[in-house]
Amino acid sequence: MIRFESVSKKYPDGTLAVDELDLVAPSGRITVLVGPSGCGKTTSLRMINRMIEPTDGRIWLDDRDTASVPTHELRRGIGYVIQHAGLFPHRTVVDNITTVPELLGQDKKRARARAMELMERVGLPAQLAKRYPAQLSGGQQQRVGVARALAADPPVMLMDEPFSAVDPVVRAQLQNEFLRLQGELGKTIVFVTHDIDEAIKLGDQVAVLRVGGHLAQLASPADLLAAPADTFVAEFVGRDRGYRALGFAGAGRLPLHHEHSVALGSGLGEAREAGVDGWVLVTDAEERPQGWLRTDRLADAASGETVVQEQLNLGGTLASENATLREALDSALSSPSGRGVIVDGSGLLLGTVTASEVLARIEQQRVAADGPSVRRTGAGEAS
Amino acid sequence: MIQWLNDPGNWTAQGGIFDQLWAHLQYALIALVVAIVLALPLGLLIGHTGRGRWLVTVANAVRSLPVLGLLILLYVMLAPHIHGRGDTVYLLPTEIVLILLAVPPLLASTVAGVENVDPAVRDAAAGMGMRGGQVVRKVELPNALPLVFSGLRSATLQVIATATVAAYLGLGGLGRFVYDGQASQNFAERNAGALLVALLAVVADLLLAVAQRYTVSRGVSGRFSSRPDASTSAEGGPPELPAPPATHTA
Repeated sequence: MIRFESVSKKYPDGTLAVDELDLVAPSGRITVLVGPSGCGKTTSLRMINRMIEPTDGRIWLDDRDTASVPTHELRRGIGYVIQHAGLFPHRTVVDNITTVPELLGQDKKRARARAMELMERVGLPAQLAKRYPAQLSGGQQQRVGVARALAADPPVMLMDEPFSAVDPVVRAQLQNEFLRLQGELGKTIVFVTHDIDEAIKLGDQVAVLRVGGHLAQLASPADLLAAPADTFVAEFVGRDRGYRALGFAGAGRLPLHHEHSVALGSGLGEAREAGVDGWVLVTDAEERPQGWLRTDRLADAASGETVVQEQLNLGGTLASENATLREALDSALSSPSGRGVIVDGSGLLLGTVTASEVLARIEQQRVAADGPSVRRTGAGEAS
Repeated sequence: MIQWLNDPGNWTAQGGIFDQLWAHLQYALIALVVAIVLALPLGLLIGHTGRGRWLVTVANAVRSLPVLGLLILLYVMLAPHIHGRGDTVYLLPTEIVLILLAVPPLLASTVAGVENVDPAVRDAAAGMGMRGGQVVRKVELPNALPLVFSGLRSATLQVIATATVAAYLGLGGLGRFVYDGQASQNFAERNAGALLVALLAVVADLLLAVAQRYTVSRGVSGRFSSRPDASTSAEGGPPELPAPPATHTA
C-alpha cells in the first residue's frame, strides 16, 4: 500500500505542483493518476520513489516512511517504467533487464535466467536477448522496460505514461497484456497518464487531478463515468461517458437470433438465397464469422462462381457471448446488416442481436438497478 | 628526402630516427596520460552535475595561445625554480604546453558526450536505484565514449604534431630533424622530419580507432552484426518461425 499524507510540492519560484495530496494506492491494485498537463500527476508519482522530494507531508510504503530510507535503497525496491522506456543503449536487452538484480548484488546466472523468463512473460521472443535497444521497435522497447522494472520482483511499480509513445494499435496491445500480467502478478501499481480512456481501461481506481495538484475525484472507473464529482471531472471524462459506461456492464444473456450463414467457397446462388434483408453472414469452414456479403446486388450469379474473401464487407465488429453492453451494442451498430454478430469463446458463431434488443437490455438493467448499477467485467476486449 | 630516409645510418645512429621517434612518443604519451587523468574525470563531473561549464570555455580559450610564445614564457618563468639534473628544466615547460593543448578537446568532448545522453536514460538509471557514481560509471561514460574518443583522437593529433617544439628548447623528438635541418639548410632532413611526424600522427590515430572499436558498445556505435530480421520488426506477435520445408510425396 502506498499512502500520501497531505503531500505538497512547492518549487522555489512559488509554483505549487502538488497541494496537500491525500491518497491511498491499495496493495495489489492499479491506481491511475490522470489529469491535464500541469496537474502534478507525474510529480506525485516521482515523489513516491523520491526522484522528486516532497516539500511537505509524508509518503508511506506500507508502514515505512519513504523519507527514512536512503533513496537508492528505496528505488531498488520499486519498479520504475517511464515514457520512452529509457533503456540503456549500450546494454543488450538481457543486460538491461538484469540492472536492478545486479545493483542488489544478486547471483548473475540466476538473474539472467529470471530475465529470460520475464522476456517470455512480457511477450518478447528469446532471440531478442542479445539485441541492443536500438534494434527494437518502440513497442518492444517498452516491453523490455516493463521486464526490467519487474526483474527484482518489487511489490510496487511506478509507471509514468509508459504506453503513450507507441502507436494506437500497439498501445492497445500493450494495455491488454499489461492487464493480463497484472492479473498474474498482483503488483501495487501507480500509473500516470493524460489519457482518460487509458485510465478507465486500466485503473482499479482512478484519481483525477486538476491543475495545481488538487485531487478532484478518486473513484472506480465506473463510478467516475456514472457520477463525476464536479464540472471539471465531468468535462475531463468527456462527452460520450454514457456510452463508455456501458463498457463496465455485462450484457448478460442476450436473446440471440439464429443467423443463416454460408461458408467461404459456397456458391453465390446459395448465398443469395440465404440472404436476409440483402445481407448474408459468411464464415470459414469452422463457422468463424469472416464478414458480410451483400446479396441484393449480386448479379444473376453464374452458377459456377463462389463466395470469396474479397467480396466481403468487414465493417462489423464481433462481440463474445459474455461481452459488455458496449461491445454488444457496437457489434450491432457496426454491422452493415444491422445484426450484431455474437461469437463464443473460441470465435464460433452463436447468433445475432439487433441494436434495439441491446438497448432494451440497457433499459432493463437501468430499471433493475439501484443507483449506479455498473460493475466491472473482465478487461479483455472481444473484437 | 627519400635518400635521407633510405640511409640506414640516419635511423640507427645515436640521436637517429629511432631514438628521436621514441623520445617524441614519450613526450606525447606523458602529455596525453596527464591530460586524460585531468580532463576525463573533470568532464564527467561537469557533464553529470551540469555545473562548471565555464571551465570548458576557459580551457578552449587557453588553446588559442601561441604555442612557441607560451613555451618560452613558461621556460623563463620556471627555469629559475628548477635545480634538478638533466632535462627537467626543458621537459616541464614542454609538457605543460602539450597538456594545455590536449585538455580542451578532451574536456569539451567528454562534457558533450555526457550531456548528450538521453535524459530518459539517466532518469531510468537513477530511478532504478543507481547512486550518482554508478550512473556516471555504468551509464554516462559508456554512452559518452564515442565522443570521448573523438576528443582523445583530436588531442592526440595535436600533441604529436606539437611535440615537435620540444626540439626548440634543445630536447629530442622528431622536431630535432626539422630544426636541425632548417638550421643547416639540409632540407631533406627537415622534410623527412616533418613527414615522420605526420606518419606517427596517422598511425596513432589508426590505433585509437581500433581501440574505439573494441571499447564502445555496439548498441551505442550502431554496428550490428546482422540486420534486424523479420521477428524484430514484427510488433508484439510470437516470433516468426521459419517456414517448414515443403514435403513432397511424389
